[in-house]
Amino acid sequence: MAKLKNLQDLRNEIEMCVKCGACRAHCPVFGVEKHEGRVARGKVALAHAVLDQTIDFEPKMIEDISQCLLCGSCYAQCPNKVPTDEIIAATRRQIAADHGLNSFGKGVAALLGRPRLMNNLAKAGRFLSPLFFKKLPENSGLRLRFPAPWIEADRTLPPIASKPFRDTVPEFIAGDPNMPTVAFFSGCGINYMYPAIGEAFLKVLKFLGVNVFIPKEQACCGLPAVSAGAQATVEQLALQNLSALSAQRVDFVVTACASCHSGIGKLYSDLGTDYQTLAAKTRDIFVFLVEHGLPEKLSSLPATGKRTRVTYHDPCHLRSHGIVSEPRQILQAIPNIDFVEMAEAGTCCGLGGTYSVHHYQTSKKIGAKKAAHILASGADLVATNCPGCIMQLQDSINHAQGRQRSVHILELLVAALE
Amino acid sequence: MLSEHNFLALQEIVGAANISMSKADRICYSYDATQQQYLPDAVVHPASTDEIRRIMLLANREMIPVFPRGAGSGFSGGSLPVKGGIVLVTERLDRILEIDEQNLVATVEPGVVTEAFQKAVEKLGLFYPPDPASLKFSTLGGNVAECAGGPRCVKYGVTKDFIIGLEVVTPTGDVITTGGPTMKGVVGYDLTKLMCGSEGTLGVITKIIIKLLPLPEAKKTMLVMFDSIDGAAQAVSAIIRGKIIPTTLEFMDGRTIDCVRQATNLDLPPSARAVLIIEVDGDQEFLDKQCEKIKHIIQPLGVVEIRTATTPEESEALWQVRRSVSASLRKVNPDKFNEDICVPRSKVPEMIRKVDSIAEKYGVPIVNFGHAGDGNIHVNIMINRKIPGDLDKAKLAIEDVFKGALELGGTMSGEHGVGIAKAPYIPLEITPAAANYMKAIKKSLDPNNILNPGKIFLD
Repeated sequence: MAKLKNLQDLRNEIEMCVKCGACRAHCPVFGVEKHEGRVARGKVALAHAVLDQTIDFEPKMIEDISQCLLCGSCYAQCPNKVPTDEIIAATRRQIAADHGLNSFGKGVAALLGRPRLMNNLAKAGRFLSPLFFKKLPENSGLRLRFPAPWIEADRTLPPIASKPFRDTVPEFIAGDPNMPTVAFFSGCGINYMYPAIGEAFLKVLKFLGVNVFIPKEQACCGLPAVSAGAQATVEQLALQNLSALSAQRVDFVVTACASCHSGIGKLYSDLGTDYQTLAAKTRDIFVFLVEHGLPEKLSSLPATGKRTRVTYHDPCHLRSHGIVSEPRQILQAIPNIDFVEMAEAGTCCGLGGTYSVHHYQTSKKIGAKKAAHILASGADLVATNCPGCIMQLQDSINHAQGRQRSVHILELLVAALE
Repeated sequence: MLSEHNFLALQEIVGAANISMSKADRICYSYDATQQQYLPDAVVHPASTDEIRRIMLLANREMIPVFPRGAGSGFSGGSLPVKGGIVLVTERLDRILEIDEQNLVATVEPGVVTEAFQKAVEKLGLFYPPDPASLKFSTLGGNVAECAGGPRCVKYGVTKDFIIGLEVVTPTGDVITTGGPTMKGVVGYDLTKLMCGSEGTLGVITKIIIKLLPLPEAKKTMLVMFDSIDGAAQAVSAIIRGKIIPTTLEFMDGRTIDCVRQATNLDLPPSARAVLIIEVDGDQEFLDKQCEKIKHIIQPLGVVEIRTATTPEESEALWQVRRSVSASLRKVNPDKFNEDICVPRSKVPEMIRKVDSIAEKYGVPIVNFGHAGDGNIHVNIMINRKIPGDLDKAKLAIEDVFKGALELGGTMSGEHGVGIAKAPYIPLEITPAAANYMKAIKKSLDPNNILNPGKIFLD
């Protein structure tokens, strides 16, 4: 099976860090926990020490390496473009490989403590809250994100869907034969928590006449497993998704989740040419919609009824791929919506895959900063493009006692089309 | 190594959560932007003047070296724990204590990040001009200790010109205040100025009293391309000679432009062999007049193109050219020595010619940019440490650059400080008598050589 880069493969990248400290201005974790071990420069120094074997796997080091959202904020501002997210993910994999996932984090360890991964996940499921997890398959990334015993009581989580999205739709929905055919990679968040987003996705593509495959065999993109350092899981999920998404001839693979977009659009590209072909076909839904002329079509719709003020939150996994204008273009084109830009729209919401489970208190502080900007924007709704962000934003708004709701842009779009 | 006894004593002072001897923390506080690494024995995060006072008393009693540290973003090794001991981090001392709008004075703790402070005063229509390139992450304590500069210093002066008072824990553990919130004050020696730029060797700064200015109403940015380095360098002197002091007068040489052009898609015509970014600030109506005057002065000096920004966005686009330099340099070679010599402004053209001949002599690429308006040129000697001989060539070139600057009446360092990086070259610039004078100050204030030992002067 194809392999992800290990720490040794990243030596050059690690040595590119010139220790200037610029990341201190941009790291959301450092922003709330001022400590060098929490910022990219410190973590890259630790990764260097792991690589050179000048540090033992002491708890402080493991804690520091776990304190990264993989949001890419540091990379975006780094003068030398040191890929800290890749380095941290590889360091986590190294720690897991050398010392077992047990030493890495309590929650993830309970799930992935043994090498035979999928079986293991099934076993681990027994320890988890049946209420939350009985509807999730063993390889869902949500299990990694929310190992139930560690979820804190004051946290707002969406209910698990009574029926997963993909069980409610056919595998192929024909549209206009002159229009492209796409595969919808729905991801775990939409499938198990927010099926309404998946339904909205289909309605919008139907409006355009696009033909849609929804492969039943698709699995989790693997990003939560990257965050947890579970290398074999990532590679196995990649293979399963490659096979599921290559089963039919499609022009594009479209995602409505920023993390999934990063998963199938970037994460796998080290794994070989087939994966690169898949990555090249992958489109974020709003990039796809802009490329297919939706804003023009929307502007011809009548603007009647109540107007809603909406602001936008940039999911890290789109912002770091340079996808910032398309979601805004769509929002601005929806009749009845007054778009307002909030301050710091591009900073991380604080979820960070498995991060928020292990470091919920820090995650909450990062979320509180975001919530303050949402409240200050005067918006009624905060729209975004990632189920994870939607969940975290709502939790943060609730803690801040705001009245706003967090929604997916697709939900607003469908409301306008109906 | 720190004894258990001393570890417990320090823990008693700062609390268990704020002291660490873990290898991870020792690594994380072992470096700065010089990329050199020295592992401390322990890292402490005090939260008050009193805790720092007690740390210094303990360190003196137990003879443990103490190394104060802000963001660790210095370019001279000022915060490096070169003799092990304790790294004393100011990260928790990060409060803006007061912004006094009546007197245009602010009081801050040393761990406040420079840009955060600037934003806070700008909200009130006030202005703190010093703007080191690291302002988004460097701390005011570090800025004072190194006497940081920046592009705007041409017009407004450097950090020390804005610091009017300090609270300092002395190397032997006394707490003193220097200066105060008044605009004038001549009682006793000017210890405030002595502390500014003392690189953390004479005391730990625990409070800073800062003089503020009214925020200028507007600014205007021009990017001027010249067909030769000489033209640009002469333009700098000509503008100053014309009795105009712009807010900033940033300069990039031809090699810098080539790097930027290769690394980015910024539009810079090949005929541009030098760039000046000129910014003026003040009342709106006054800006256009000043820009016209500057254009008139520089026009005969081989101007290829002038771009003028009228909106903040356009201004940002022009600054993007300058901001992309640092990352672009990697196209030349992976490693750089960033020296920050300063010469009298009129000598900038001559200095650039000297640097060019040094680059040729040793066969190492040298890229020049920086704050030409105050003669502060960033001379970047680009090498690849992995190529045998490159490091030696760089060291020889650096010495020649320093000598060249001194021959022109300049200095080895305009704003980065000496630290350990320039300590070996100190005799080139400072006479034995002056060096002894300085060492006598250090010795009398820090008889046990506890505070930031091994810096500025080689022991």
